[in-house]
Amino acid sequence: MSEDMQEEAEGTVKKFMYVNRKAPYGTIYALEALEVVLIGAAFDQDVSLAFIDDGVFQLSNGQNTTDIGIKNFSPAFGALGDYDVSKLYVEKESMDERGLALDDLMELTWEDEDDDWEEKPSIHLVSREEMKTILGNQDVILSF
Amino acid sequence: MAYDLNGTTIEHDEEGYLTDLSQWNEELAIILAKDENIEMNEEHWEVINFLRNYYDEYQIAPAIRVLVKALKKTMGKEKGSNKYLYTLFPYGPAKQACKIAGLPKPTGCI
Repeated sequence: MSEDMQEEAEGTVKKFMYVNRKAPYGTIYALEALEVVLIGAAFDQDVSLAFIDDGVFQLSNGQNTTDIGIKNFSPAFGALGDYDVSKLYVEKESMDERGLALDDLMELTWEDEDDDWEEKPSIHLVSREEMKTILGNQDVILSF
Repeated sequence: MAYDLNGTTIEHDEEGYLTDLSQWNEELAIILAKDENIEMNEEHWEVINFLRNYYDEYQIAPAIRVLVKALKKTMGKEKGSNKYLYTLFPYGPAKQACKIAGLPKPTGCI
């Protein structure tokens, strides 16, 4: 068996980053991205999400879509922790530009199996500079 | 395509999942289960109720491994296993149980 194949057999874990830049409704990107994340989570990779520009609105709390006749899919973000997706990076500058603070976002948590199932926050506010570094460290970047 | 519940027509898609999720009730679940050759008992209901609560909260039907993990946490190791779920729902717990629970096909079910 070649070294490559051996590595494959043991399962290579790659760093996957899903970049969300669009508002939750009006286009299908946000919903599709979330579905891809949930489906992709089955492959046991190192997954994180970035929220930049209008993408930060995807995480805003109290979303109500009754008047636009579209399903409010934001509760599904609460399930990400169950899918072992626990790193949601939100760009601070994008939040500031839209007058949003951490309080305006949903409270998303994950349970740390190695720490007596303690609930920990999934959302991390990071600066544009930090976001650059995080993006630079990824193996695969999928942009929505 | 539709199910017939005491004369009421309840539409479903080509795979048997309900078109209008709000039409679900326990009586219908028993009919849905019969179509899957499943005789509903208390253990089946436990899983069905769990799925319905999960959907209520998150608006998605959980993938099988998420279901297993959650059952393990709430009901213990014995019931939180793939094997146990397959005994209850032999043709794929996620697909069969979601159908009986009146939910859409699970997200992340491949």
